[in-house]
Amino acid sequence: MKKTLLSSFVAFGLAVLPLTAQAGTVTVKGSDTMVILAQRWAEAFMKKNPATKIQVTGGGSGTGLAALQNGTTDIAMSSREIKEAEAAKIRARNNAPPTALSVAKDGVTFYVNETNKVDALSAEQLKSIYLGDTTNWKDVGGQDAPIVPYSRENSSGTYVFVKDHVLGGEDFAPEAQTLPGTAAVVNAVAKEKNGIGYGGAAYGKGIKELKVKKGNESFAPSAENVKSGKYPLSRDLFFYLGKPPAGEVKAFIDFALSAEGQAIVTQVGYFPVK
Amino acid sequence: MQEQDLAPPVALPTLSPAARRRQVKEKAIAALITAVAFTGIAALVLILVFVAKEALTLVTDAAAREEASFSKMFLPQMVRKGRPLGYVWQPVSGVPKVSMIPLFIGTLKTTAVSMLVAVPLGIFGALFAAEFAPRRLREILKPTIELLAGIPSVVLGFFALMVMASFLQETFGFTSRLNAVVAGLGLALAIVPVIFTVTEDALTAVPRSYREASLALGATPWETAWKVVLPAAAPGILAACVLGFGRAIGETMIVLMASGNAAIVSWNLGDSVRSLSATIAAEMGEVVVGSPHYALLFFIGVELFLFTFVLNLLAGMWTKKVIQRLKGGAG
Repeated sequence: MKKTLLSSFVAFGLAVLPLTAQAGTVTVKGSDTMVILAQRWAEAFMKKNPATKIQVTGGGSGTGLAALQNGTTDIAMSSREIKEAEAAKIRARNNAPPTALSVAKDGVTFYVNETNKVDALSAEQLKSIYLGDTTNWKDVGGQDAPIVPYSRENSSGTYVFVKDHVLGGEDFAPEAQTLPGTAAVVNAVAKEKNGIGYGGAAYGKGIKELKVKKGNESFAPSAENVKSGKYPLSRDLFFYLGKPPAGEVKAFIDFALSAEGQAIVTQVGYFPVK
Repeated sequence: MQEQDLAPPVALPTLSPAARRRQVKEKAIAALITAVAFTGIAALVLILVFVAKEALTLVTDAAAREEASFSKMFLPQMVRKGRPLGYVWQPVSGVPKVSMIPLFIGTLKTTAVSMLVAVPLGIFGALFAAEFAPRRLREILKPTIELLAGIPSVVLGFFALMVMASFLQETFGFTSRLNAVVAGLGLALAIVPVIFTVTEDALTAVPRSYREASLALGATPWETAWKVVLPAAAPGILAACVLGFGRAIGETMIVLMASGNAAIVSWNLGDSVRSLSATIAAEMGEVVVGSPHYALLFFIGVELFLFTFVLNLLAGMWTKKVIQRLKGGAG
């Protein structure tokens, strides 16, 4: 009697477990830049839909897209566009091209002290300053004073963004002082007449956000300019899917793109796409 | 051990049961105290073993050996195409650059500034408190300076970052607001009480008869303090300086906040510096566990440990010599 009871339990468990694991779980994997954002989305989404479990793991954009090719994740987070070779593999596997969705925008703002005469710099000038080639403000249209560059610690995502998108992968000048957090950079630049720093959008006393020159125009790092892609130092943050969204995956993506989801984007420090 | 004690040899049959119980109790307490003392030593050894174990990847792992070999740590390396070789700390990079030299210089600069300020201040403060201050003043002075030791280092760092940095920049016109001088002075605030307290204890421990003898021979109070009491307390004062140095080299928060953390090879005290300890604190948060960068940070920990260890050893040897000389002179 006991034995049959036990075996029926086991049979029940075996029948139900895989079902729940598949039906209720959405895996999200990829870019470390997006992990916190996706985590917040997942928390808010699971609060509303307790039946669905969202698993978020990092590892980098490449890792996420590789998992998508192997079919081991539902959603791949990527802070870059998919490469042709990666897309081809997914097409071969699913007989359908991967679906790309821009879910948020990431941008970096450069600040100077409010007394600085310089209002706008080109991406090349910023690069030259942070590589240590330009060391005086008079070379970029300011007064004759040494430039004191501030940077972030190398554990920061913003550090990597500036390194990749402004410096073209080269190293920061050793003279760039590294500070923990956007607030520390804002504070330092507010107190340092000749300072320049970077970070997320910040509204601090004593600093001025630099516009970035592109051609003859210069663009402020405003939400509109980032959203429209006019601000040069911004990038899309993508969700890549192996097949068109359906079921719980679709519900999660719809939530991320909803007003509530996009509000979370702003909270985490990125720019909304909607 | 205990069983042996419980079964007394035939030679001791005279102990009363009460006395024997007391003896057992004594033995147990002694064993307990010994065990506690050894826990401290064991903790020290275990910490070193675990830190060194993580750093060992640098030797055992082929990829780590390639990325962070000792020649890359200590010899000049190619930094940018068409530029002279240099010492650069850029561990997160396409080609990681892991020179320890800028970090050594950073630590040396902040430690030197802090010791240059704190040692005279601490020792003369203690000399005044122990030898010259009226009793009532001394009773206020000592607890006040000791209270300074109770201020959390993050508060001192905050003070150095917000107040001292601006003041020093306006006064001396430093190019970068956060630099070795600011961090060093911030550190000095933390180690003055350490040096003061230990020195003061060493000075008061000098026997009264020394002072009385010196004064009786016609020396002024200043001569007595400077030529008799201070040399007699030299081992204690050296211990104070070593303690202060250990604190200065390992202190993290003040340096992290007030030094600017730029790993520059320069002897100018007005330049920003990055110290060994601040590097660990700043980079450990996001480093990939088991990567060469991770092992490097542990290696820095081992280096810091070795520095203080060697310094303690040297100081111990010197103290022994001084004590011997003092004894020889007296005897």
